[in-house]
Amino acid sequence: MTLVPELEARSLSRWLWRQLTSMRTALILLLLFGLAAIPGSIFPQRSQNPLAVSDYFKSNPGTAKFLDELNMFDVYSSPWFSSIYILLFISLIGCVLPRTIEHLKSVGAKPPLTPKNLDRMEFFFELETGTLDRAESWLKKRHFRIRRDVDSISAEKGFMRESGNLAFHLSLILILIGVGAGSLFGMKGDAIINVGDRFINIPTSYDVISFGKLESEKNMNPFSITATDFKATYELTTGVPSDYKLTVNIADPVGSKEVAKVVRVNSPLTFGSTKVYLQANGYAPIVTVRDKTGEVKYQGAVIFLPQDGNLTSIGAIKVPDAEPQLGFIGSFVPTFARNSQRGAFSTYPEVLDPRLLISVWTGNLGLDTGRPQSVYRLDTTAMTRLSLKTLELHETFDFNEGSITFEGWTPWVNLQIVKDPGKIYALLGSIFAILGLLMSLFTRSRRIWVKTSADKSGVEIAGLAKNSVPGLESEIAALINEMRS
Amino acid sequence: MTSTNFAYLSNYAIYSAMVLFTLAFFSHAVEVAFSVRNLEDKTEFDFTRTKRSGDIGTVMMVLALVFLFVGVIFRGISAHRVPWGNMYEFSITGALAFTSAYVYALWRYKIRWLGLPVAIAVLLTLGTAITILYRPSAPLVPALKSTWLAIHVSAAIISGGVFLLANCIAATYLLLDRYENKGGRPVWALKLPTLEALDQLTYRLVAFVFPLWTFAVIAGAIWAESAWGRYWGWDPKETWAFITWVAYAAYLHARVTVGWRGRKAAWLCIFAGSTFLFNYVYINVWGTGRHTYSGL
Ligand code: HEM
Repeated sequence: MTLVPELEARSLSRWLWRQLTSMRTALILLLLFGLAAIPGSIFPQRSQNPLAVSDYFKSNPGTAKFLDELNMFDVYSSPWFSSIYILLFISLIGCVLPRTIEHLKSVGAKPPLTPKNLDRMEFFFELETGTLDRAESWLKKRHFRIRRDVDSISAEKGFMRESGNLAFHLSLILILIGVGAGSLFGMKGDAIINVGDRFINIPTSYDVISFGKLESEKNMNPFSITATDFKATYELTTGVPSDYKLTVNIADPVGSKEVAKVVRVNSPLTFGSTKVYLQANGYAPIVTVRDKTGEVKYQGAVIFLPQDGNLTSIGAIKVPDAEPQLGFIGSFVPTFARNSQRGAFSTYPEVLDPRLLISVWTGNLGLDTGRPQSVYRLDTTAMTRLSLKTLELHETFDFNEGSITFEGWTPWVNLQIVKDPGKIYALLGSIFAILGLLMSLFTRSRRIWVKTSADKSGVEIAGLAKNSVPGLESEIAALINEMRS
Repeated sequence: MTSTNFAYLSNYAIYSAMVLFTLAFFSHAVEVAFSVRNLEDKTEFDFTRTKRSGDIGTVMMVLALVFLFVGVIFRGISAHRVPWGNMYEFSITGALAFTSAYVYALWRYKIRWLGLPVAIAVLLTLGTAITILYRPSAPLVPALKSTWLAIHVSAAIISGGVFLLANCIAATYLLLDRYENKGGRPVWALKLPTLEALDQLTYRLVAFVFPLWTFAVIAGAIWAESAWGRYWGWDPKETWAFITWVAYAAYLHARVTVGWRGRKAAWLCIFAGSTFLFNYVYINVWGTGRHTYSGL
């Protein structure tokens, strides 16, 4: 039975706005934000570890399905997580912007009038002695802002507390803008390249690549990187890595003069807002595969993926040009050892005594079924196994349908290429946030009033500490001393 | 001296510090237990009686701090790097930060009554460190080779030490509050500060470390940007650091803007501190993610 529905709606929305920007709501939202982040640290996340998510699905299909409905595997991009922080930031903006305007207006303004009844204040003293002039010069010396009236002084100090506080909250908004810009205009991808190869920054050079909603491949910097050398150093006794050093020649744009650079784990390459990181490394055995007639059907380095700290690596070699097609499931062992439990394995991550273990398959590789296939795995559904063999360096294995030679190896590196134009804002926001926080937490904000007493014999002194931060008591004691001396 | 010598000396210094902490523990225990002359008739007690014992406790504590400091420094020298490469090293440095925070607060705020819980907490930390977490001194893996290790980890460890101290005080608050509601403090607690003072002290410690913790998180983000290619990835460790940050921000808000005092504020503080401990213990030992440098 709404007579003026428009008015109703307006007052309702005003009510909602006031609720949303109230301190209580902000506090609740803040706590909710923290709580909402927890499940993402309990369940595996697609964005970090997709394999763990699919394992979870395999071992508990029922629960996994239910959890997936609740976005438990994509917590940080889920609608409920987003709605919490969007509400929080609306609340923040709604509270902080008006306060900022208010605060800016009060720059240079005099402190408010002295209240009528000082005896209601937290600190109140009546003195028999003292004059307003003395009080004024004392307060001035201590850099209070002062309003002097005929029979009273109203003084204020600690303006920077509110300034710092506002700077802090506004900086949080700047950080959010930076994070948002990064995800909208950013780009991220991975590329594995063998040492000796050249990487050109175009989408087809990547193994995986993804763009932000407002970013496209048109904006990719046209640089190239040639990996000229890679050196991994390990502790002799434990095999724990102590240094990875990748030497590259870069050209920006492609074709311009090349410049030599070194990339390490903590020192990426920079091309504008794009950075190139050294993320992982491994070995690619070099093989030559011939068919029955001795014709070379495949020659080159095949990237294998490390399985343990000593870089025992596995991979697949596919030879679609042979007739019938050939496939090899391989294991590359940089420093060879064998025992009955584990079979062949590596005892040290450097190549000291390499072996290439292969199982030979023939039949149909299934490359033209249209189903996507991993380059590291062989789809053996339409193939039969011929034999197994452990190859030493330069050894050739003849298996009737053809032969394979283990020619050598080359290291490969995984480059992660990230473009994040928003991070500079996030960084600036963080710096301002800390400065604002320090300013706000370590400034005491307080007011002091001095008033001639009713009988004009002395003064009344009162003080108020905002946010009940301690320290005003001793300050007022000092002022009283001054008045008495 | 060789690296190995320094590693041995470091271990001896840590053991000596533990002996001294144990002595400090007993001195403070004596101070508390015998300050009352007649337990049945709770009218007569004499705080000055065990002052000497408390003084000895303080001296032991300061000496222990010196040995702990030497232990941490020598550990760093033996490995040619800052001593923050695995969980053993985090723990001994954390114990150092915690004890330093106590000694500093002792000098500033007269909180000797905290000596007993502090000695217990440090002994527990060091005990776990040398038995379960101990690893021989070794160089760092490539991802940890960065100046940010020194900056980020030191800020985090100092924050942790102060968080722990704030938690001890908030817990004391809650305990005494309980007694006072039930009709008064027991004798041994009579010389502890007023509830008001405990509440203020907790707030001051949090207000002091909150910017430092903010800095630690941001330094971590900057480091992650240079090592892993993204400054924030909701890795479990990062997530819990963020939760701790939000919890302390909520504590400050609750106090400053909503006016929470006393019991509610103390609980919130303890909750926030627990998220830090959880992050340290659980995520390091059982967690996944990239921050698995515990060496376990
Ligand atoms: C919804 C949003 C928010 C609102 C409306 C809000 C509002 C306020 C206000 C009014 C103060 C007043 C301080 C004073 O009077 O001295 C304050 C302080 C503070 N806020 Fe917020 N805030 C919000 C979000 C946040 C967030 C997200 C954080 C960090 C996680 C945060 C951290 C702080 C801190 C550390 C202080 C300083 C406390 C102090 O002065 O002791 N706030 N906030």
